[in-house]
Amino acid sequence: MAETSNSHRKLRIHALRYNPAKADDTPRIQTYELEEAPGMTLFIALSEIREKQDPSLQFDFVCRAGICGSCGMMINGLPGLACRTVTKDLPADISLAPLPFFELIGDLSVNTGKWMRGMSEKLETWVHSMGQSTDLKRIEEAMDPALAEEVYELDRCIECGCCVASCGTARMRKDFVGAVGLNKMARFRLDPRDKRTDADFYELVGDDNGVFGCMSLLACHDVCPKNLPLQTQIAFLRRKMVLQGTKG
Amino acid sequence: MKIVYTDVLVIGGGLAGLRLAIGAKRRGHDALILSLVPAKRSHSKAAQGGMQASLGNVAKGQGDTEDVHFEDTVRGSDWGADQEVVRMFVNTAPKAVRELAAWGVPWSRVRKGDREVIINGQKVTITERDEAHGLIAQRDFGGTKKWRTCYAADGTGHAMINTVADQAIADSIPVHERKEALSLIHDGSRCYGAVVRDLITGEVSAYVATATAICTGGAGRVYRTTTNAVICEGIGHAIALETGVSALGNMEAVQFHPTGIFPAGILVTEGCRGDGGLLKDVDGHRFMPDYEPEKKELASRDVVSRRMEEHIKKGKGHKSRFGEHIWLDITLLGEKHIHTNLREVWDICHYFLGVDPVKEMIPVRPAQHYTMGGVRTDPSGQSPTLKGLFSAGEAACWDMHGFNRLGGNSVAETVVAGMIVGETIADYCDKLANTPTVPLGLVREFVEREQAKLAAFTKGGGREDASLIKGEMQDLMTAKVGIFRTGKDLEEAVDKLQKLLVRSRSIGLRSPSLGANPELVTAYRVQRMLKIALSIAYGAAVRTESRGAHFREDFPRRNDAEWLKRTLATWKSESDTLPTLAYEPLDVTRMELPPGWRGYGAKDYIDHPDTPERQKAVEAIRAQYASDRFAMQKALMPYEHLLPEVLRGKNERIDERF
Repeated sequence: MAETSNSHRKLRIHALRYNPAKADDTPRIQTYELEEAPGMTLFIALSEIREKQDPSLQFDFVCRAGICGSCGMMINGLPGLACRTVTKDLPADISLAPLPFFELIGDLSVNTGKWMRGMSEKLETWVHSMGQSTDLKRIEEAMDPALAEEVYELDRCIECGCCVASCGTARMRKDFVGAVGLNKMARFRLDPRDKRTDADFYELVGDDNGVFGCMSLLACHDVCPKNLPLQTQIAFLRRKMVLQGTKG
Repeated sequence: MKIVYTDVLVIGGGLAGLRLAIGAKRRGHDALILSLVPAKRSHSKAAQGGMQASLGNVAKGQGDTEDVHFEDTVRGSDWGADQEVVRMFVNTAPKAVRELAAWGVPWSRVRKGDREVIINGQKVTITERDEAHGLIAQRDFGGTKKWRTCYAADGTGHAMINTVADQAIADSIPVHERKEALSLIHDGSRCYGAVVRDLITGEVSAYVATATAICTGGAGRVYRTTTNAVICEGIGHAIALETGVSALGNMEAVQFHPTGIFPAGILVTEGCRGDGGLLKDVDGHRFMPDYEPEKKELASRDVVSRRMEEHIKKGKGHKSRFGEHIWLDITLLGEKHIHTNLREVWDICHYFLGVDPVKEMIPVRPAQHYTMGGVRTDPSGQSPTLKGLFSAGEAACWDMHGFNRLGGNSVAETVVAGMIVGETIADYCDKLANTPTVPLGLVREFVEREQAKLAAFTKGGGREDASLIKGEMQDLMTAKVGIFRTGKDLEEAVDKLQKLLVRSRSIGLRSPSLGANPELVTAYRVQRMLKIALSIAYGAAVRTESRGAHFREDFPRRNDAEWLKRTLATWKSESDTLPTLAYEPLDVTRMELPPGWRGYGAKDYIDHPDTPERQKAVEAIRAQYASDRFAMQKALMPYEHLLPEVLRGKNERIDERF
């Protein structure tokens, strides 16, 4: 592992502190200083702060490997996954804030889980087999290998919330389903096991809280930690929904 | 006192818990899931390489059956597994993978025709059959005779939990997120639910249920270097242990995965080696064939991890500023393969190491990975000593992995156990006699006891620092209770862990809030984690043999004569500093596959006195039923009666139609 010229810098982490459960608390920025270590990620830095400096600092990490989507936060003004953000790629002053839009739990921790569950319920983000039952003893139904890869590509979403946090429409429409929701609709629309038709999908996202709410600012596409093809998926879905909407 | 009532209380929102809850709910029982985190963020998500099920679709999987999967699993376990449970598992795994396919998991599929793969460092052309086109594909994994591991690129656990969590939403199963079970409510013979703390508000309440299931995954975080997520702290194990009644089985059986990236310990999948990746030393020499000529890089994980550490001890590791490591070379697989089938690996290397694995080798070293031990249950998933308590998945010891788990068998176990225990728990709830009369006084007593314990941290005047104790425990476990173990190290670890446990009873907090408070969480968890650490270390100290992942340098042979038995740890009294150990023998005379050589690793072992006779009996049965594998299996070791009826029956394959 190459030694970086930046190692052993003094980092200053400016974290937004606020506990909404405390009646008298007001939001403020708190600065923590610590020495940078080789290979240090924001997960390592924040864990060290909690262990050695401030045991009350709230944040969320689970996998610390960039796959579970727990640690979305604003890192120097942009939404991203803290666990896989390496400090050497950042200036010595690092500002951290919770993702906007989601319910704040405290400090850097937001309730993305609750919002994602609501979105899934609303958009019914599961395969609708329409009563087709499967005999588990029998050979599975074949699926085109390329199509399976395409579905997997869209299935890689980790529901971190970065797309919604960066979304202009979400600022104005609290019920907007976000790129995460639209991508899921594109995923199930692509999946031949889901028997829903465009008419069904239109019912779910054919309005301003769905695909027509998107203003194509596409910050979602730029910040998605999994590099999902959100731009093309939203455009494609919109075209299909326009066709569906103009049918009648 | 706030009480939530449900039929089935599932503690843990990973794959096992989700699938179990779906099963119970579909049988008409209310199921409610408690989860530390949103369900989809559970550690099941981190499973990369795949799920074993003997579909036999790919050319290299042809001829695979439950029988081959069974033997691989038992050999992998170093004969520590319950063979009936392994049979239940291998027969259900194909059904599980097919159910997941129907539910929407984007399994990677077989393409007919020629394709180039890397086997043993060489390019080889494989021709896939026309009739397999579009069926679920399998890749090679360690310790398996056939290519059996079904996968969705290298995000298999991710794709599975997306699908299963969404099915749970479709079935309107509530997941109470950011809730932690602090203790099980019980009267010494029966479990009534759990005392639960809300991690956002700090509120403590009771969840009362007919049946309670612990599906909380592993306990890797008792170690310093682990692939496990930060939530895998073994609290589910601990609350079962703290009942004093329910036992933990084989806690000393801890798996170290060969390829944690160095030094962070983040996993890169066994699929790297399964797809043809090689392990190389400081000289760029591929060393595994020198040690393991039969299986090379694809021996079982315990064997490969030991060989890597052995090679490093010989001075053949690459020295870096963080210590020594081995290289994992997947450059030979080519850019297209890596970007399609190993893309999460690419991401991890890119973000955490600044390495492009298409062009460069990956620094790796074994890291704690899997907890074979767990809450002891019978084959139905129920505790034999605490009625109404069930367990499934990594948290459980029912016990299909014995002393070493095969890659691809854990994520398979989660859903298979969820399917099976989902049915058995529903059967349990169906019976009127099992509907408890809830002793509300007892419930209240348990809630108040937990509240008092929490208050003691904030007002008890203790001076010990929770994070410090936790760190010392983790360092001890990694240094003294790791891949190579000795009596001396283990005794030292047990001694020091006991002292840490005593110190943990005087923890004080710097931030004394009972609400959302990460320090308070560390405080009450570290007390419980120490009991798990002690169960591992003490169990390892007493077991004077080597079996699977438990390797004693001072007792290097597997000793079936004395140690073909399962360790059972209980924690009798809150003032104890050690678990009480008991042993449950495994019955050779009923084994379908009597103990022998695994096919890799050490060849010498001490036989059980019953083995030769059983071996003879098995051979006679095999000869008698040579033409019918099903009849043969039934004569060797009937197991189907243990499976829920809906899950019984043969599995169809291209080469085996019914």
